[in-house]
Amino acid sequence: MFQPSPWRADFPAIDALQRQHQTYLDSAATSQKPQALLDALSYYYGHGAANVHRAQHLPGALATQAFETSRDKVAAWLNAADSQQIIFTHGATSALNLLAYGLEHRFEAGDEIAVSALEHHANLLPWQQLARRRNLRLVILPLDVQGRIDLDQALQLIGPRTRVLAVSQLSNVLGTWQPLPALLAHARAQGALTVVDGAQGVVHGRHDVQQLACDYYVFSSHKLYGPEGVGVLYGRSQALALLRHWQFGGEMVQLAEYQSASFRPAPLGFEAGTPPIAGVIGLGATLDYLASLDAHAVERHESSLHQHLLRGLADRDGIRVLGAPQAALASFVIEGVHNADIAHLLTEQGIAVRAGHHCAMPLLKGLGLEGAIRVSLGLYNDSDDLQRFFEALDQGLELLR
Amino acid sequence: MNVPTPAREALEQFEQARGWEQRARLLMQWGDRLEPLSDADKCERNRVHGCESLVWLVAEQHDGQWQFKASSDARLLRGLLALLLVRVQGLASSELAELDLRAWFHQLGLERQLSPSRSNGLHAVLQRMAELVSVS
Repeated sequence: MFQPSPWRADFPAIDALQRQHQTYLDSAATSQKPQALLDALSYYYGHGAANVHRAQHLPGALATQAFETSRDKVAAWLNAADSQQIIFTHGATSALNLLAYGLEHRFEAGDEIAVSALEHHANLLPWQQLARRRNLRLVILPLDVQGRIDLDQALQLIGPRTRVLAVSQLSNVLGTWQPLPALLAHARAQGALTVVDGAQGVVHGRHDVQQLACDYYVFSSHKLYGPEGVGVLYGRSQALALLRHWQFGGEMVQLAEYQSASFRPAPLGFEAGTPPIAGVIGLGATLDYLASLDAHAVERHESSLHQHLLRGLADRDGIRVLGAPQAALASFVIEGVHNADIAHLLTEQGIAVRAGHHCAMPLLKGLGLEGAIRVSLGLYNDSDDLQRFFEALDQGLELLR
Repeated sequence: MNVPTPAREALEQFEQARGWEQRARLLMQWGDRLEPLSDADKCERNRVHGCESLVWLVAEQHDGQWQFKASSDARLLRGLLALLLVRVQGLASSELAELDLRAWFHQLGLERQLSPSRSNGLHAVLQRMAELVSVS
């Protein structure tokens, strides 16, 4: 039965892609954008750009106001207690790097950082490199067969030497929700700071950072139907106060002299240089749009499409789905068929999916794989998109087998 | 410049190919014609990095003429490698330097395979070939 997306028409690019015979199933890499965002960008640039937090003139005041209103919207989206807990960065990767550098002073040789085996490189490499700089131990929390962090083992591995626990909320390869409440509570009890990489999780459902009770929550705008070049770092106020300043210049400074300077507290103290103003305003418009949708209807739609995807994969011989995906996406390999070959043939047929290691090389290697194909869904996808994918998959396999 | 006979044959076939299926079949057939690489040649030194698949490229010069060997664990990429090799086999460095390989794949109707995006191997292979030839 055809399952339309009631929101498809809100995303003009989906139509444009379809005219080019492209079916977009790579939203976990980046998403298409709603008209509301296009309008906001066009309005901002069309009505007078200005730098924020600097100028006394009217355009500057308007830009600053719009910029700060976006901060309020992000805070509301995450249910943060205060907008001042929201730092704008240039992406989730830069937010995680900010944490790894900003917290560096709190580590002593021999301390431990715990990450899971399924982390995206963005939540692995900053900690790995910090561990190497400071002679720390990077502890890798293993997974169970479903592709979730193995709680029994994790609770053993997170101990009194653990200073930071940094884990994904929703895996970008396995599509599994991670057992955050138990992990975070345990880490907190051990005195560790907790970092949640919400890059994928934030796109599916609403998440309340106060309820999650993490110290830091990170996401990127572009996966959440917003513009690129903008990331968000939420921190509990006490946790933000622990961060040392990282990048310098621009309005993050309080007083500057030739030989010394003092810096502002969060959030502005961590927004060095000119921030991505239009992007931040655009993210605000995207959040307004998303907030206007019926959240339950979105969830039902996404979950029903996801079931359709899993059923279709299960119906076909020789397909091995990685882990037990719960939302948003599924990665798979096909017996006797190279990923690159099937990816090539899907591309030929206008199916945009991702093939490769998905920025999680150690995870793929641990699964004994060179790569995998990933199909990922956005709220604009409909069942016809999946139908076209499956037909293309069947055609491709017929040719290869 | 002379176009080698097998290359002319490839060009004819691909010019006549209709649709993605026929092109894919041809690619697989050409891939099957690729001479297998010995295990010794499949070493780290010959690996072409920047591809999602495993790709090896070996370049040797005999009497001023280049002889290449290549392989991959992916079938369609093997086909692309075969089409590359038929065009460059036996050329002198000066001839290779003049040759526009991107134009060659355009002629074959395979220009989209040249995309520099990471998942595609051919772009990296062409870069590697240029490196190997230029250092000699």
